Amino acid sequence: MDLALIWFVLIAVLWTGYLVLEGFDFGVGMLMGLLAKDNKERRVALNTIGPVWDGNEVWLLTAGGATFAAFPEWYATLFSGFYLPLLLILLALIVRAVAIEYRGKINDPKWRQRWDWAIIGSAWIPSILWGVAFANLVRGVPIEEVDGRLEYVGNFFDLLSPFALLGGLVTLALFLSHGAIFLALKTSGDFSKRAGDFAKKISVVALALAAVWAIWTQLAYSVAWTWAAVLVAALGLAAVAWFTRTESFGKAFVANAVVIVGAVVLIFGSMYPDVMPSSIDPQFSLTVDNASSTDYTLTVMTWVAVIMTPIVLAYQAWSYWVFRRRISTDNIPEHNELTFFKK
Amino acid sequence: MEALELARWQFGITTVYHFVLVPLTIGLSILVAIMQTAWVRTGKEKWLRLTKFYGKLLLINFALGVATGIVQEFQFGMNWSNYSRFVGDIFGAPLAMEALLAFFLESTFLGLWIFGWDKLPKKLHLLTLWLFAIGSTLSAYFIIAANSWMQHPVGADYNPETGRAEMNSILEVLTNNTTLAAFPHVIATAFLVSGTFVAGIAVYWMVKRHREDANHGDLPMYRTAARFGAVTMLLAGVAVIITGDVQGKLLAEQQPIKMAAAEGLMATETGASFSLFALGNLAGDDPDSVTHFIEIPGLTSFLFTGDWDGEVRGINDLQSEYAERYGATDAAGEEIEYRPNLLVTYWSFRLMIGLAAFSAALALTILWFTRKGGITTKPWMKALALISLPMPYLAASFGWIFTEMGRQPFVVAPNPDGVDMVMLLTQAGYSPSVSAGEVAFSLVVFTVVYAILGVFWFKLIQRYAVEGAPQVEEPTIDEDGSRPLSFAY
Ligand code: HDD
Ligand code: HEM
Ligand code: HEM
Repeated sequence: MDLALIWFVLIAVLWTGYLVLEGFDFGVGMLMGLLAKDNKERRVALNTIGPVWDGNEVWLLTAGGATFAAFPEWYATLFSGFYLPLLLILLALIVRAVAIEYRGKINDPKWRQRWDWAIIGSAWIPSILWGVAFANLVRGVPIEEVDGRLEYVGNFFDLLSPFALLGGLVTLALFLSHGAIFLALKTSGDFSKRAGDFAKKISVVALALAAVWAIWTQLAYSVAWTWAAVLVAALGLAAVAWFTRTESFGKAFVANAVVIVGAVVLIFGSMYPDVMPSSIDPQFSLTVDNASSTDYTLTVMTWVAVIMTPIVLAYQAWSYWVFRRRISTDNIPEHNELTFFKK
Repeated sequence: MEALELARWQFGITTVYHFVLVPLTIGLSILVAIMQTAWVRTGKEKWLRLTKFYGKLLLINFALGVATGIVQEFQFGMNWSNYSRFVGDIFGAPLAMEALLAFFLESTFLGLWIFGWDKLPKKLHLLTLWLFAIGSTLSAYFIIAANSWMQHPVGADYNPETGRAEMNSILEVLTNNTTLAAFPHVIATAFLVSGTFVAGIAVYWMVKRHREDANHGDLPMYRTAARFGAVTMLLAGVAVIITGDVQGKLLAEQQPIKMAAAEGLMATETGASFSLFALGNLAGDDPDSVTHFIEIPGLTSFLFTGDWDGEVRGINDLQSEYAERYGATDAAGEEIEYRPNLLVTYWSFRLMIGLAAFSAALALTILWFTRKGGITTKPWMKALALISLPMPYLAASFGWIFTEMGRQPFVVAPNPDGVDMVMLLTQAGYSPSVSAGEVAFSLVVFTVVYAILGVFWFKLIQRYAVEGAPQVEEPTIDEDGSRPLSFAY
């Protein structure tokens, strides 16, 4: 197997890690607005992801860095081409990181309320935009050769086709469902029950949206073997709907992760051998071969990834184990007494 | 303004902003880890209180450091796509390693530390903080290696077919002598910043508490913190000077024009002096208009060659040397100006060095007035502490501004002993597919969002600092998960 292909797969793995992990973080962020009834419940929701959300986000940073190292042309064309959507995602991630950390630092309902809006809003935006971005990668975007380089020549609105927007709704539904299942697992009592009920409904919506999108992808943009991924995703989606109904949320969570794996395989499988297909002419497509680094760099990076990824997985798994307990409103301590202005 | 200019402003603003937060995270994570270690080993309550006090300030800082770092990871692709294509084969590797080796460690173990007080046994909990601190320092190593490669490209070749630089030795990239000099300088800077931070706040409290009650129980604790910070500052200060000196010597070999610019030296001189300030037109087109004041004879020569009479080449000579070697005109046929902006390089270099004097003054007065168990009571000490707090931050920012602006017009400066074609002009590095309007928009948005978040950051740091060290309870493990969490958002 050649190195560029290995890295194409590894980058798909990094994105899978990111979407599975930050997927429920975003879901929890959105559900803080939809499900939590009062400040205490919002805190319960937030604290279920408290110790882990930052580590989850590093999967994205690693995917970004790895793309830079292994496929510089892809990194360059993708992020300069998808400039405005990426800007919005970055702004959301910036505000989110600060909002989560600063929300509880001052004891003032107004202060908390504003940061709550920031946490909620900054979960909705990337949940939709990641789907839009990936759908565009599958569909192809206007890329042309400019001064010997393959450049994105479209504009912002070229990224907003119906197919792409549907992709946005799919990630949105999947993350909402993922977050609801996670909350059902990690909280207790009434809140857990409400999250479970929500999961029952949203998982059906996710099933419908994702099925349409996956089949559309398969028929319009893909190759025969990715039917297998569609099938896995479809079974996963059905399993999520089933297991939420029977309230086996642990199984539902695993099934939803399988759906995300299936979706990533479908997306990357339909792109291959391109990493960024050109909608103008296939000869302008960025491919695994013309976008990649040299074999030397790829070899070095393979060693680093092969050694480090299992270690990272091991200590991240340990941290999930340390914080395995459910959280209820009884676990939420009082706010500290600090106000913004000194009394 | 054109997209290129705007992209440069955007990079400068977002990076300097990121780096205002970085040194405190790096230095304070280790200082807090030392405090908690002291608590675990001695069991003294004051160390636990200090750990919680400075730990909280660390977290407030860390959040914004992470937020601003995310942008850095992607903006090479967004605004500097041609640069990314040119260097990706080499530059991407340390960046990806930083994420895999450092950021995961940092973020995962910080989560364990913050929320783990009632979940992990004492020693294991302490270990998580150390792993976080190690992660921060490691991340600095990799990113400095990436940056140093742009200052002094090694381990790379030029491929004329693709027009890109290609890596031929990761070992050389990671052990670049520029990195080995810059990394300790930056880490020493981090300790200077965080030592000043710890001591400055402690002195503020010592003076304040003493005025309220000369026998207040908190006084010994703040005295400990002040002395701890002062010793850190002194050690860091010495390290900054030694490592800075090493860097200067390397710079003279690797980027002579940056160094000449630092002194505003137009003509080649032997025994070149170092002026404390200069007036006149530093832009370089009218060298006679510049007057240097308070000159220290031979110091510039010494800084850059190690010999008080050493020869330092001037900008005029270097300009023609560079033009001959790297080309006289750019792709558009314009003549290339190889000297950086002299006003910026001259002053940023001096401010970097000079502003550290505040920390030195603070450190020495603290050690003097708290000798033999004494307590600092002088109100002017409080003022000195507060004035000193921002100074090492400014010094560090000026250090970066000097390093980066002094490298212009290159984004990848040529290595005099390396492959000549492994270099890139900044003007060739931008993103052709991004319009000036888009860059202007993102520039405005980032600046505004950063400004707003910066206000909260400052206010929270100030608010928690003014609140003082909290009262603490001995942490115990919550066996059955029935108690309120020891920490919750
Ligand atoms: C000398 C050290 C240093 C320098 C020059 C930089 N950084 Fe940084 N960065 C850190 C030291 C650091 C850190 C200590 O690891 C941070 C800083 C603040 C923080 O709280 O963690 C961090 C955070 C941080 C994060 C968030 C990590 C997380 O989520 O945990 C990213 C993605 C970057 N940085 C990326 C960059 C890039 C691409 C830079 C180059 C322009 C850069 N940083 C310059
Ligand atoms: C690995 C780390 C870094 C890399 C890869 C890097 C790279 C770059 C690049 C690509 C530019 C744009 C070209 C230009 O306009 O000069 C730039 C400019 C700049 N960088 Fe860095 N930089 C790094 C670290 C830093 C840090 C930590 C700071 C300061 C805190 C800094 C300060 C600046 C400034 C002030 C500019 C603007 C220079 C100008 O406008 O001419 N850089 N750097
Ligand atoms: C005697 C004192 C000092 C000397 C001789 C010195 C020397 C230098 C030199 C030559 C550089 C440029 C390296 C390059 O362009 O590649 C540099 C960069 C820098 N300096 Fe200093 N410095 C001194 C003090 C300080 C102080 C007090 C601080 C901050 C508190 C500081 C922070 C920095 C930083 C952050 C950089 C940029 C990173 C780097 O390239 O290492 N320096 N210093």
